[in-house]
Amino acid sequence: MRGAPLRVYAILYLIFLYAPIALLPLFAFNDATIIAFPLAGFTTHWFTDLAANAALRGAVGNSLFIAAMTAIFSTLLGMCAARAGAMARFPGKSGILGFVMLPLVLPEIIVAVSLLIVLRQVLGLNLNNWTVISAHVLICTPFSIAILNGAFQNLDPSIEEAAMDLGESRFSAFRLVTLPLVMPGIVSSMLIAFTISLDEFIIAFFLTGANPTMPVYIWGLLRFPAQLPVVMALGTLLVALSVTLLVIAELFRRRGLARAGIKDQGGFL
Amino acid sequence: MGLGNFKKSEGGRAAMLLAPPFLYALALLALPLLAVVLFSFWTQDFMTIDTGFTLANYREFFDKPIYTVLLGRSLMVSGIVTAVTVVLAYPVAYFVSFHVAPSRKSLWLFLITIPFWTSYLIRVFLWKVILGYNGVVNSGLIGAGIIGEPLSFILYNVNAVIITLAHAFAPFAILPIFVALEKIDRSLIEASRDLGETRFTTFLRVTLPLSMPGLVAAVLIVFIPTIGDYVTPELMGGAGGKLIANMIQTQFLQLNNAPMGAAIAIVAMLSVTAIALTFVALNRRWLRGRG
Repeated sequence: MRGAPLRVYAILYLIFLYAPIALLPLFAFNDATIIAFPLAGFTTHWFTDLAANAALRGAVGNSLFIAAMTAIFSTLLGMCAARAGAMARFPGKSGILGFVMLPLVLPEIIVAVSLLIVLRQVLGLNLNNWTVISAHVLICTPFSIAILNGAFQNLDPSIEEAAMDLGESRFSAFRLVTLPLVMPGIVSSMLIAFTISLDEFIIAFFLTGANPTMPVYIWGLLRFPAQLPVVMALGTLLVALSVTLLVIAELFRRRGLARAGIKDQGGFL
Repeated sequence: MGLGNFKKSEGGRAAMLLAPPFLYALALLALPLLAVVLFSFWTQDFMTIDTGFTLANYREFFDKPIYTVLLGRSLMVSGIVTAVTVVLAYPVAYFVSFHVAPSRKSLWLFLITIPFWTSYLIRVFLWKVILGYNGVVNSGLIGAGIIGEPLSFILYNVNAVIITLAHAFAPFAILPIFVALEKIDRSLIEASRDLGETRFTTFLRVTLPLSMPGLVAAVLIVFIPTIGDYVTPELMGGAGGKLIANMIQTQFLQLNNAPMGAAIAIVAMLSVTAIALTFVALNRRWLRGRG
């Protein structure tokens, strides 16, 4: 078959992409403190250690709160931008949209230090969960816009106009007609923003307060060899959670495209 | 047309909708970046900031070899990572675009992007497990009798940083190239074949030039963020593999010298921007739309 060598290469490439993740469960269930081969035996006690760790539970709670808030706010901002993007042009529109998308290509450490300077040195605020949320909303909004653009741009404006002709106000026409049509895109955007925020370390390390987020806590654990199997167990759970969220996000994204009646172009970006 | 009319027009409503995300980015991105520029011209005087305008931080950057060495190493590592990532990614993007049935394309893209969304810290750490002294590579090669002693050149140095970053940024490179390949009109390729080009020369003279916008986007989207990563060099680089982002992080969080950190960040940003713009300029003839 034509393209057979390419197919082999692509599959090898996928194996390369998944190799590190595939090791996670191996070491999470391995009955040895040292993360190395050969494997020792089967155990689940790293998972029970994990459940007993109160500091970790606190960090997970922080991260879940930050991720949930980030998902809500970045999706709201993303909806504004994506709907504006699908509407009539006005002077400076593409420039403004480009500026809002900028965090996508900015090195994260630049975002981190610039916010740290403003929050700590200029405003003199204490760092807490909300400082992390404000930064995460900034970097997640471009992803939300990219996902929601697909939902808004393919919407037929005459449907909403018809609702308004039939007596609905502009807002209720949006709520009753447009919102249900773009709902899959909204769910997908929230899940992606949630996943990014939950995993983000580079910025959170700068802006986290007295209560660390989960990645910041994991970073601390990586320095203690005895804690590493627990990190592997945690990693296994996180990968399982991320994959589940992403599969749901992908299903919603596809349903949204089907609802808008367009061909799937594939991919989140 | 008065302001009232503009507000009621569709363009006006679009502008009002765009205001919240724009103001948010203005307040949390543009103003903070301005603050970084300002801070880089100030100095840290023990616990207080001396707001007298000075170029001292920039002078220190170019006088002490440590900073320029780190920046040079960072740019080199990012350059190599970008080249490796894009070259390895192109065939995968080409395969998905040209050889995968349309109904299965999004499944392939989904599989490619999943690892990118999962626990970055732990993924980087796992490369230590793979490349380490008792790691997968060494125990595998020793078990197979290929080497007698564990290889030591693959952990705690620049090589390890490059391998790990190339893995982390792989999906970033595949997606823009894939999008560019998808846009190519397939009849152009048929025409080239009908006119007597071989499959290989068709690729070189039709497909590759038409996919250049995606290739350029992939280069930028890998090159720019890799400069800002301090996790991988910290975990994988050892003493000789630290990069400029580690120095920025140290200045801010350990030495408590925000002005110096700001100056380093500015120089790093300007270098990256200059290289990125040069690269785009060099490829300008491929990026022009040609109907």
